[in-house]
Amino acid sequence: MDMLANKIKTTQQSVNSAMNPLDALDRPIRLTARDVTVHYGAKQALHGISIDIPDRAVTSFIGPSGCGKSTFLRCINRMNDTIEGAKVGGTIKLDGEDIYDPSLDVVELRARIGMVFQKPNPFPKSIYDNVAYGPKIHGLARSKADLDEIVVSSLRKAGLFEEVKDRLNEPGTGLSGGQQQRLCIARAIAVGPEVILMDEPCSALDPIATAIIEELIDELRENYTIVIVTHSMQQAARVSQKTAFFHLGNLIEEGATEDIFTNPVNKQTQDYIMGRIG
Amino acid sequence: MDSLVVAGLLIVLLGLSYQTGWSRSRALATTAGVKIHSRPQYHGALLAIWTLVPALIILGAWAWVGPGITHDFIVSQIPADTLANLDQVGLNTTISRISAIASGYGVAGEIQPFEQAGGNALRSFQLISFLLVIGAAALAGGAALFYARGRISARLRARNTVERIINLVLLACSAVAILTTVGIVASLVTEAFRFFTFINPLHFFFGTVWAPNNAPTGSNYGSYGLLPLLAGTLMITAIAMLVAVPVGLMAAIYLSQYAHRRLRAVAKPIIEILAGIPTIVFGFFALVTVGPFLRDTGRLVGLSINATSALTAGVVMGIMIIPFVSSLSDDILNQVPRSLRDGAYGLGATKSETIRNVMLPAALPGIVGAFLLAVSRAIGETMIVVLAAGNSPVLRGNPFEPVATITVSIVNQLTGDTDFTGPQSLVGFALGLTLFVITLCLNVFALFIVRRFREQYE
Amino acid sequence: MTDTLSTTRSASQERTKAIRAGLRRRHMSEAIFKGLGLAAIILALGFVALLFVDVVRRGLPAFTQSNLHLAVTYDPEIIDIEPAPVMVPGQSEADFRAANLKWQRDLAMLNWNKVIEASLRAAAPAGFEIESREILSIAETNARHEVRAMFVDDPGLLGQTVEVDLLASANADNWIKGNIDRSLGDAQQQLSAPARQLIDIFVENGTISTGFAWAIFTNVDSRAAPASAGLLGALVGTLYMMLIVIVLAVPIGVASAIYLEEFAPKSRLTDFIEVNINNLAAVPSIVFGLLGAAVFINYLHLPISAPIVGGLVLTLMTLPTIIIATRGALLGVSPALRQAALGMGASKTQMVFHHVLPVTFPSILTATILGVAHALGETAPLLLIGMKAFVAQVPATPFDQATALPVQIYLWQGNENRNFFEPRTAAAIIVLLAVMICLNGIAIYLRSRLEKRA
Repeated sequence: MDMLANKIKTTQQSVNSAMNPLDALDRPIRLTARDVTVHYGAKQALHGISIDIPDRAVTSFIGPSGCGKSTFLRCINRMNDTIEGAKVGGTIKLDGEDIYDPSLDVVELRARIGMVFQKPNPFPKSIYDNVAYGPKIHGLARSKADLDEIVVSSLRKAGLFEEVKDRLNEPGTGLSGGQQQRLCIARAIAVGPEVILMDEPCSALDPIATAIIEELIDELRENYTIVIVTHSMQQAARVSQKTAFFHLGNLIEEGATEDIFTNPVNKQTQDYIMGRIG
Repeated sequence: MDSLVVAGLLIVLLGLSYQTGWSRSRALATTAGVKIHSRPQYHGALLAIWTLVPALIILGAWAWVGPGITHDFIVSQIPADTLANLDQVGLNTTISRISAIASGYGVAGEIQPFEQAGGNALRSFQLISFLLVIGAAALAGGAALFYARGRISARLRARNTVERIINLVLLACSAVAILTTVGIVASLVTEAFRFFTFINPLHFFFGTVWAPNNAPTGSNYGSYGLLPLLAGTLMITAIAMLVAVPVGLMAAIYLSQYAHRRLRAVAKPIIEILAGIPTIVFGFFALVTVGPFLRDTGRLVGLSINATSALTAGVVMGIMIIPFVSSLSDDILNQVPRSLRDGAYGLGATKSETIRNVMLPAALPGIVGAFLLAVSRAIGETMIVVLAAGNSPVLRGNPFEPVATITVSIVNQLTGDTDFTGPQSLVGFALGLTLFVITLCLNVFALFIVRRFREQYE
Repeated sequence: MTDTLSTTRSASQERTKAIRAGLRRRHMSEAIFKGLGLAAIILALGFVALLFVDVVRRGLPAFTQSNLHLAVTYDPEIIDIEPAPVMVPGQSEADFRAANLKWQRDLAMLNWNKVIEASLRAAAPAGFEIESREILSIAETNARHEVRAMFVDDPGLLGQTVEVDLLASANADNWIKGNIDRSLGDAQQQLSAPARQLIDIFVENGTISTGFAWAIFTNVDSRAAPASAGLLGALVGTLYMMLIVIVLAVPIGVASAIYLEEFAPKSRLTDFIEVNINNLAAVPSIVFGLLGAAVFINYLHLPISAPIVGGLVLTLMTLPTIIIATRGALLGVSPALRQAALGMGASKTQMVFHHVLPVTFPSILTATILGVAHALGETAPLLLIGMKAFVAQVPATPFDQATALPVQIYLWQGNENRNFFEPRTAAAIIVLLAVMICLNGIAIYLRSRLEKRA
């Protein structure tokens, strides 16, 4: 607990000493993808995506809807495995380890690469059980006290603890949309992932809840590698250090967020940013 | 009455009226400058309705009262002194003899003069009355046709009227379902109350001995205690659910979550075949195959199991209910939002952990509702139990022994006997009422739960 | 900064270790769970297979039957009777019929068994010692009726010898097929030793041969002559009932569904009707039998055991199914189609009958066939309206006494001559299942055909 508290403290400190966003690109590379393709049956959804994801920074995927950004995101923790008929090609490496290696356990992978979904999807359980579920199935808590600690610290990190501390035993589905999404983030954090994937986490939320989540993402990047898919360019500009632009299943351009938004190289990226491709 | 002539008349009236309405309105429409409200078909249909209804009323009235009038006419043809000497049977014979003479078929034996005369008179009476009725029907139809034809105008809202009539017919059809329920409740309640005039309801609902005295002599009716039957019903239902729920639920889970598309396409319809097989077939299967198999198996392990027992009937009924449980569970599992499943996978839960910890708890209310529906079906099932449960209405707890159920006793007490005078047959309705109320409560409750569940995820 | 990095790294490595430690157990329980699911599927499929294999295995032998080929002599010494009456001019039809009936009655009084016995003895080896009763037990008891009926049709047969195919008795059939243990002692055998011996001789010399059991399809039920018992009466009874169900349940069901789905104002009443129909669909079938007994027979005095009553009861039972299925189909029609029709100026009735109904036709048709198939197999309510009475003739109209296919199965499974009737019951089940599979097949075929076209 001391260690966790320390960590929270350091997190707060580092937020204060706000990091230059461009530094993100100098960070070590956590994830590398090379020539990733996805087929749904006969239809090809992704055409050879290659990208590097930096450690402890926010990387955002932008692009018009149906451009393959969510599909690619779901490749990173192999969620596409659950879709019948989906076939993934190419390689994705986490710390140099191929995540599509048959000897790699997808359960372990997903514990290391957590995910937050478009629509808040708390389980039909209490707030406590929602957060405790991951640590429980993975056997991360040795005792009830251990588990309590994990739940509380996860809720704290997700900025939800103060709001729900008196009703941990009430169903998670009773929270507001923004709270539900933060609960889902707490649920993902509780497993202690190294990477967190967020699939348009704010698309179902109102502006105020969105602002809170964006702030939370900014805090979280101190400790986690975050990849976020968003349909909002403003959001990408606000929260991310690196941005990749997808169009029709292709990765058109990637780079430091500032560069992409102020000085895009590619014509299509320009058009999108100027609002000419919707 | 010669039905061909009647049918001919109706067809002529139908064609004539429809054609008249059609052409008359058509003629109006083609007149320059007149915009007609309804299309000619509607005018034709309206006119046909106008024409056929009076004709049908007259024909129907004659079909209702005609036989009585004819009967009275025949009796009037029998001389008074002969009539005085006839008893009921003799009178009926005489009447049928006169009818036979009138039909030209003749009768065996010597014909008495009054019979011949009566036959002749009856023949002319039948001819005249038939012509009169047909004539009256034709006339009424014609008059109505003429009147309604006069009403045709460009502004007549024929379509609206026809549509209102169609609406009424549709409404009448949906009333049939209500009438069925009313009929069920009314017949069960009235006959059950008649039963309770013989037997004290307390003795019926709380009696532990079922021994109806089926020989209808004296006032010793026997005992009619429901409890042994209820116990048998519940025991068989419980066994059936023990078979159907694990197999049906696990089959649904496997098919919807694990199975390859091709396996699902083959296995699902095959399992659903079980739901289409008539219960009498299951009964036979239980009687000749499952029962002896269970008995022999029991003997191997040192258990004494009767070939016809609660176990046999329950196991086979469970098999019958498997597709019911599995397809309902399948539906309900499919309604659990995909996002919940993804949420669990995203945390690194295995498939079975996702199903057990997230999907099943989310689907629980719906699945409970499905189970209650299955229970209600098991309670009302008849033929398997008639053939395979051994019909032994004794209160006991051993599932290896024969039992009797509510449905079996209804069949035993009521087959073919519609002389509902004694408690022996009337008890069938009291049992039926009990069964109806139990299954109704289960259904209402189950449908309520399922509906609540659906609303939760909509 | 680097310090926090290393602590989190080691923390996450520790977590990974903890996760890995549990993986084996978790994958094991995953495999067990999956295995249980697979086992459930296999069990369910196994039940289906077992049921069909069992019924077919038991029923198939009953589709063949032992026949006797005999040379029957209409011996004038046994058939001692005046010539058949002829209609004289001036005689009324009724008088002629009476005379003819008397002649037939006299004919029936003759000892036709002697005719049968003589022809059986003629087929047996010369000097074979066997009693009359024993030798007659080889032929089915309806043999004398068959032979007599031939004579009634053609009185000119007197004194002639004709080749006739008759049924071997049920017991002989059992003996030949091995339905009864051949090693059992005389006391447990249905047939005497000489009769059994003679049957074997007959099989060898071709007097008895095995052929397709047409009796199952061409005869009505029989108790006195089990080998001649057939399903014709039950099939016709079932046919009548199905016609009544189709004629009544389909229009009424579709009409109520249309009303409830398209026209009914949303009110308490329609809610009530809806709940009512859902519950009616789940009322046990036997309760409909009680309704039939109380209302149709006891109150309206419709004939007992008649297909008309059975048909009405099954109609009421099938109605909710058809209504629910049709409503489902109507609900599935896209609102765009409705709005398009209304937008063209069609009235609501026109919209429903011209546009919505044709689109839903395939689903309604399928639901109807499935509903009828379900009604076809229903037994319990029919027992309560007296359709389990023994009926030995084909019902001429839906108002005559009759039985139905599933009830016939029920009656046959209870017959005392188990050795013979168990296979025959299974054969009747095969017929019933074949009819149901055909109906379902037609439903599937029609649906795919019509949906493709639409």
